[in-house]
Amino acid sequence: MITLDNLTKIFDTDRGVVSAADHINMEVPQGEICVLLGPSGCGKTTTLKMVNRIITPTSGRVLINGKDTSEQDTVSLRRSIGYVIQQIGLFPNMTIEENISIVPKLIGWDKSRYLKRASELLEMVAMDPAIFLKRYPNELSGGQQQRIGVIRALAADPPVMLMDEPFGAIDPINREVIQDEFLKLHRELKKTVMFVSHDIDEAVKMADRIAIFKEGKLIQYDTPDDILSHPINDFVKGFVGRDRALKRLQLVTVAEVLETESSVVTAEDSLATALQRMTDAGYERAIIVVDGDGRPVGYVSRSVATTTKGNCGQHSYNLRTLVRPEDDLRTVASKMFTHDATWLPCVSEHGKLMGVVTQRGITHHLGATYKSSHAKEQNLQHARVAP
Amino acid sequence: MEILDFVMTNLDLLGKLTLEHIALVGVAVGLATLTGVPIGIAITQNERVATVVLYVASILITIPSIALFGIMIPILSTIGHGIGYLPAVIAVLLYSQLPIIRNTYTAIHNVSPGLREAARGIGMTSGQRLQKVEIPLSVPLIMAGVRTAVVMNIGVMAIAAYIGAGGLGVLISRGISQSDPRQLVVGAIAVSLLAIIADRSLLLLQRKLTPRGL
Ligand SMILES: Nc1ncnc2c1ncn2[C@@H]1O[C@H](COP(=O)(O)OP(=O)(O)O)[C@@H](O)[C@H]1O
Ligand SMILES: [Mg+2]
Repeated sequence: MITLDNLTKIFDTDRGVVSAADHINMEVPQGEICVLLGPSGCGKTTTLKMVNRIITPTSGRVLINGKDTSEQDTVSLRRSIGYVIQQIGLFPNMTIEENISIVPKLIGWDKSRYLKRASELLEMVAMDPAIFLKRYPNELSGGQQQRIGVIRALAADPPVMLMDEPFGAIDPINREVIQDEFLKLHRELKKTVMFVSHDIDEAVKMADRIAIFKEGKLIQYDTPDDILSHPINDFVKGFVGRDRALKRLQLVTVAEVLETESSVVTAEDSLATALQRMTDAGYERAIIVVDGDGRPVGYVSRSVATTTKGNCGQHSYNLRTLVRPEDDLRTVASKMFTHDATWLPCVSEHGKLMGVVTQRGITHHLGATYKSSHAKEQNLQHARVAP
Repeated sequence: MEILDFVMTNLDLLGKLTLEHIALVGVAVGLATLTGVPIGIAITQNERVATVVLYVASILITIPSIALFGIMIPILSTIGHGIGYLPAVIAVLLYSQLPIIRNTYTAIHNVSPGLREAARGIGMTSGQRLQKVEIPLSVPLIMAGVRTAVVMNIGVMAIAAYIGAGGLGVLISRGISQSDPRQLVVGAIAVSLLAIIADRSLLLLQRKLTPRGL
């Protein structure tokens, strides 16, 4: 857990006094990712660097797991905190193995232990140790270098990680991949992470909590969904963007809005059966055709079933695209627009039909969470005014 | 032809003078490296001091060698070494300061801020940062400074023959005083060859010392 207690940094510059961080109070719970977000110059980096004392606070305290960091030896404090920066900072004179092993060596691990750890970490980010351990940083691509930057910070298994725009210099495609990789690592390792970003999409994707800064002040500190659904003022509203409802879609997976599709037909069923089942189940537009293993192979539309005779196999349309339960709704919505569909079938790992996700279901879900947190707020207000 | 004859008949002398020359420059630049590199590192800590030190070093280098020898004669005479080996070594030591200090300072100063910060953030002490990161990264530029010093001072040392320091300058000064073009030409060519060979070999050494990956 990281606690910032009235943390303040004032820079004396030629242009006068700059309050880079102004009485910041916040807490990052154990095992969570907190993203510090805001426009350039709002004090994110300054706040982050006060945690490992690269910048000394003007006043206020930083506590890690309840211990005041100013009372610890700075060098050993830093060795217990993973640090990743945008410039990556791999030492070009050292091999990848040496780069990864720096902190473990500094804190006195024995050789076999830190060498084993280096291989293990490379495997975690899907880089073959046999190929990469003996290479030098200039023999790696930008994305590979940043992966090494991340695992170097993880090498001595620090409980806390600080990351300053770690994926900022990487091209968008690789950035997505590396973000996903980091989230996967995080789910395994459960570090307490403070992560600086100026990109709302990155923040929504990575964060358990987002701290929005403006001119050195912490404006709002909430979960991504709360920031998007209840921005506290116009600044936050402006910063998260007018498409914030769409951004919220990123936070919900198909599994959460899945409607189980209990009625299906097979290719051999007659269209009359299909029509009957649609009527019974209340499907307005169509029914899905599955094969013997429960895999969706097409669909029969209501209009075809009403006007035509024959079996479903002959009169079904192909399914244009499928989704998976772990897909986020933003991806799903995008697929719906691409394929001009109001619903999409969702299949399991083995291709079995699990249900459908519908436009109505998505809208309903977003509306419901709006309402529930709105109601919560009203209840609170209620409670406050009640005697 | 005459020149070749002179070389063939005086191989022993030529060898002895060359070795003397190498030893003089080697000792002086060696000492200069031992002093200049730490000074170059130290002045990265304070910009004002750095400016002053680099200024002084660049003034030193503008003093003509003959004048410098002249200044040192009375001073060093007090300890009985007004001429000969000691003033020659001191002169080269002083002249070498600028290229060595300046290159060391620039190299350390130019280590990228990202690397510096990574090293600090990771928990390296300032000594560890120097030893593991800053110095290794600076080797190529520091070595380039040493090379410059060596090449430049092979020439300077030729003049030290006038204060009795020995070396290949002896041939040149004798050639002039005895109006013997053979000695003069052989001395001049030998000094030039020595400078070129020293430069090439130090370049090889520089490549050897440069960490892989740079
Ligand atoms: N070392 C410094 N000296 C003077 N001013 C600084 C220094 N570091 C940061 N600042 C100022 O503090 C403010 C916050 O900077 P920073 O924390 O780097 O912002 P961010 O990371 O959010 O872009 C800016 O106005 C910046 O100019
Ligand atoms: Mg910043």
